[in-house]
Amino acid sequence: MTDVLDPPSVAERHEHHEEHGPTGILKWLTSTDHKVIGMSYTVTSIVMLVIGGAFAELIRAQLTTPNNNLVSLAQYNELFTMHGSVMIYLFMGPFAFGALANVIVPIQIGAPDMAFPRLNALSYWLYLTGAITMLSGFFVAGGAANFGWVAYAPLSNSVNTPGAGADLWIGGLLLTGFSAIFTGVNITATIFYLRAPGMTMFRMPIFTWNMLITAILILLAFPVLTAGLIMLYCDRHFGTHIFSVAGGGVPVLWQNIFWFWGHPEVYILALPVFGMVTEIIAVFSRKPVFGYKGMIFATITIGALSLGVWAHHMFTTGTVLLPFFSIMSLLIAVPTGIKMFNWIGTMWRGEVWFSTAMLMALGFLFTFLIGGLTGIYLASPPLDFFTHDTYFVVAHFHSVVMALMMGGMGALYYWGPKMTGYLLNEKIGKAQFWLLFIGTQVFTFPMYLLGLKGMPRRIGIYPNHPAWQNLNDWATVGAIMIGLSSVCFLVNIMYSWKKYPAGDNPWDGHTLEWFTTSPPPHHNFYRLPQIRSERPTWDYNHPGHSAAAHGHAGEVLIEKEPVS
Amino acid sequence: MRNEAKLLLSLGSFFGLMVAVYWFWSHENAGSVMMFCGMLLCFLPGSYYYFWSRRMKPRAEDDPNATQASGAGIVGTFPGTSIWPFTLGMGAFFVVLALVFGIWLLIPGLGLAFWAIIGGTAEGRRGGPH
Repeated sequence: MTDVLDPPSVAERHEHHEEHGPTGILKWLTSTDHKVIGMSYTVTSIVMLVIGGAFAELIRAQLTTPNNNLVSLAQYNELFTMHGSVMIYLFMGPFAFGALANVIVPIQIGAPDMAFPRLNALSYWLYLTGAITMLSGFFVAGGAANFGWVAYAPLSNSVNTPGAGADLWIGGLLLTGFSAIFTGVNITATIFYLRAPGMTMFRMPIFTWNMLITAILILLAFPVLTAGLIMLYCDRHFGTHIFSVAGGGVPVLWQNIFWFWGHPEVYILALPVFGMVTEIIAVFSRKPVFGYKGMIFATITIGALSLGVWAHHMFTTGTVLLPFFSIMSLLIAVPTGIKMFNWIGTMWRGEVWFSTAMLMALGFLFTFLIGGLTGIYLASPPLDFFTHDTYFVVAHFHSVVMALMMGGMGALYYWGPKMTGYLLNEKIGKAQFWLLFIGTQVFTFPMYLLGLKGMPRRIGIYPNHPAWQNLNDWATVGAIMIGLSSVCFLVNIMYSWKKYPAGDNPWDGHTLEWFTTSPPPHHNFYRLPQIRSERPTWDYNHPGHSAAAHGHAGEVLIEKEPVS
Repeated sequence: MRNEAKLLLSLGSFFGLMVAVYWFWSHENAGSVMMFCGMLLCFLPGSYYYFWSRRMKPRAEDDPNATQASGAGIVGTFPGTSIWPFTLGMGAFFVVLALVFGIWLLIPGLGLAFWAIIGGTAEGRRGGPH
């Protein structure tokens, strides 16, 4: 069907093709509407969050006492492997670039849909089948993959890890990898070709900019992982010796390939959340983004540097150029610091509205700062040699990913009303935030200390050492609080189900998604405002304060909360 | 178009600089090859956009003073619903399961995939599912 957009500034409510298509399960199977696919992604990734979280709680339960035998050591290996795999491959990534980007990016730039709607649907099906493939490892003989989420050679070869579980892990990752690549292509093409008139590159919202850089990083990184997985599969089944010393191969090559994907992947997870947090902070501080262009250049710089830092995961292998990777890793702190200052600058002298979304964004800033600073320690080889493969590293990246989860939750509170048309309950939301925020700190701080005391990662039992046990128990308390916060979220969805209609623009938003209805109609817009700055909806709603005021805190109109 | 080209070309140039420094400092093959390919992946679409940005008038979305009316017209073809992505996804699913459980699963896998490719192409040629 060919879509014609009438001059939208003239047409008031143009008779649009509403979807006459199928409903119910057939709609889910056949829809190519980016909003329906985005909702499918959102629901699936939250199911994955619950599954991965259940694995985490089991891991923490096992570690409450030394020499615990709640789960066997073989089961423990499966648990930490699948916890990492589910959270990284099946929750955080698809949630960031599949769920929210899919729904929000086309609307933010005034596009009727993604550039390739059917490819977009295919991405979702590959993601879902990939998730099923990976998780079905629990139902085959020998259990799920148990070589850690990084699948280091030679542990992952057919002698050390026989069985179908590992192959299902590889297969699931192939499917989700292709899903990510297709999504990357789709987002890039959408942003390059489907922007509304007047929406120049340097008027795009920061979230869209971050998704563009994320999509480019996906295209640079994921094919490497896919190639590596095919090599790994050939090593396991076709007798090649790419990663085995016996046949003249190089095991460290796997680490090079894996981390060449793996470190950009960190930014593929983080950049979308940076974008979400930027949008939330600007809207709830009632100010434009401070240092808009600086933000964009920081994003581009992070993306560019991220391709040259992979081997800082491999310092202790003794095969990498330490100074190069140390310098590159430390350099990433510069653009990230710029972002941190810009976020604070956005809030500075603004009228901050502490909604749940804003609290989540602030929780992100605090937690991400801790995760980022400990990352700077780890970028220094002398410190990394000391802490490598200890709980210090575990604590570092859990600070980072828990920060990303807070940002993601904030985005659900912020954009959820746009996606569904209904607000979530703020009281339950705030309870969720405090449980999540305090739980995260109670969870990670003991792990930093455990790492400095020398507790290694990935051990299911540890010797009877009172200091270790105390710290582990605190970490378990934190994990339980995080689990309860997730329960709060699910309760909130059930409690607020179709209870609080959101209206089109509940937060006095800045960007185009707040100009259309909630949820947006098929093909997104009945009409579009003139786009003269990076926040067209705000300009339209506040005609007295046009683009001139941007970037100057003192000139911004400060209003009361439009809804409570 | 020009900013898109600049973005990709500058990313590619940065990767080129980085791989040059890295190669002459470390003489490590795998990472150098991967970074070099990353550079090419940026230059390929970047130079295509640059080529066209010099030959076409700025589009409405590149014009800071564009009115909404200037973007009127056919935006593109957006199929409303289609079963073929699901069919192709299931085909890929069976192909991957064939890697694990046995080669016979390639029959439903490739069957579904080819069916979906033919069906999807035919649907695209008709201009939509209806």
